[in-house]
Amino acid sequence: MAYPAKYRYTKQHEWTDVNGDVATIGITDYAQHELGDVVFAELPKVGAKVESGKSFGTVESVKAVSEIFSPVSGEITEVNGELKDTPEKINSDPHGTAWLVKVRLANPAEVKGLMDAAAYEAFIAEAEKGKEASA
Amino acid sequence: MESANSPTVSELRKTPLNAVHRRLGAKMVNFGGWDMPVEYPSSGGLVAEHKAVRGSVGVFDVSHMGDIRVRTGRSVGGALAAVQHLSMNDASKLAVGQAHYSALLYPQGTFVDDVIVHRLGEDDLLLVINAGTREKDVSWVRENTKDFDCVVEDLSDTYTQLAIQGPRAIDVMRKLTDANLEGVKNYWFTHGTVCGLKDILIARTGYTGEDGFEIYVPSDKATSEEVWTRVMDAGREFGIIPCGLGARNTLRLEAKMALYGHEISDTINVWEAGLDRYCKMDKGDFIGRAALERAKAAGLTRTLVGIEMVDRGIARDEYCCCSEAGEAIGVVTSGSPSPTLGKNIALAYVPPAMSALGTTVYVQIRGQRYKAQVVPTPFYKRPKAGAAPQVVKTA
Repeated sequence: MAYPAKYRYTKQHEWTDVNGDVATIGITDYAQHELGDVVFAELPKVGAKVESGKSFGTVESVKAVSEIFSPVSGEITEVNGELKDTPEKINSDPHGTAWLVKVRLANPAEVKGLMDAAAYEAFIAEAEKGKEASA
Repeated sequence: MESANSPTVSELRKTPLNAVHRRLGAKMVNFGGWDMPVEYPSSGGLVAEHKAVRGSVGVFDVSHMGDIRVRTGRSVGGALAAVQHLSMNDASKLAVGQAHYSALLYPQGTFVDDVIVHRLGEDDLLLVINAGTREKDVSWVRENTKDFDCVVEDLSDTYTQLAIQGPRAIDVMRKLTDANLEGVKNYWFTHGTVCGLKDILIARTGYTGEDGFEIYVPSDKATSEEVWTRVMDAGREFGIIPCGLGARNTLRLEAKMALYGHEISDTINVWEAGLDRYCKMDKGDFIGRAALERAKAAGLTRTLVGIEMVDRGIARDEYCCCSEAGEAIGVVTSGSPSPTLGKNIALAYVPPAMSALGTTVYVQIRGQRYKAQVVPTPFYKRPKAGAAPQVVKTA
């Protein structure tokens, strides 16, 4: 799966798509593949504050719990309601319809510190190599 | 998820089929020092593997498990006596060709390991033990049989052990062996030619709650890979897929089978774990018996129950259980979504006063309390031949 050029990425495998002062956030294809079949997403409510680098929820597969770290600081304006009944969308469309939350940015400059698609792809290539060496 | 001092893959132990799992693109994990497949994304992953075993057939590489043979020393009877001393179940009740579930206990009545005891002969027994406790168990058996007239052999590295599990497992086995499988009832075994290999142990045992067989073939890489290939070929028409430790865990949890280090350990006794029926106090003395007598007299302070989540949340291993008032009252030993039931289930230790079916308990999940209730176990029971699958109803 391609990593959209417009998005920005974190080392914890979240993506963010910024439009004006609203950022849409999700987890990457790499993250969903690592997790396996997603069965559950625990997300905050509209109005909750998130902080860059801090955990704001979890995505769970049968085997694992994965915390989601916010790429940006701000306030939640929308939560993806579809994920309650169809969490498996996170596996099939992690960059599109399985976005998790939308955030009104408190500090738009934060986005500059995130990786672009090329940097993220290089990052996960390194991670894969590291996985071969260690358990 | 990994500790700061994770071993490199090269430092982990590998089964003879390690290269096969990697060729299949399996997600690998460090399980008790072994480099093992947790799931195979190319055939659909954990849930698909779990469903394949419940609905048809799957195959597991369980070669990481250990094998200890206890056989006659100078005169007949010493091996059986040794096993009777170590093991809580009554091995003298096993016919030749029969196996049973048991445990090796510490003098305190707590668990060294759980074990399947196979009676290979009048005075010849095979103990199949957990991967993570291989060395500990072998030392324990050797130490505690010094005064018995028997020979103890660690055969752990001699076998590649495959578990073929599911309602169609017998159909797969029929294509691989001409041994009389109809004569091998649940928890019995035979020896026969499998994939052209002579005298192979074929046991109707498993850790999934389904019908199935475990076969023990020579552990050299070429033989192991050949047998794996033939099992997959034979199973293709039944939809066989390789299954990893992830599905192995969800399957055994649904069937309420204990996992060492979770439901049983060196700090948990037989009564707490609810394994009374495998503990034959009247057979004569065995290690741990005296402590178990005292424990029985003293009464239980905790007991193992099955719980099902009521609120939206997943209880997982080591999560805390608490009362409505918020008081910590117990702990989850194993918890996971259940692919068969579509619910989130767990096994947990709670006070006996909270063990009645229907009791509400709370599970602490990341700082919040989530409601669960005590339900009957096993969570899943396989159907009798010809019947529809039976899911144990909640109270």
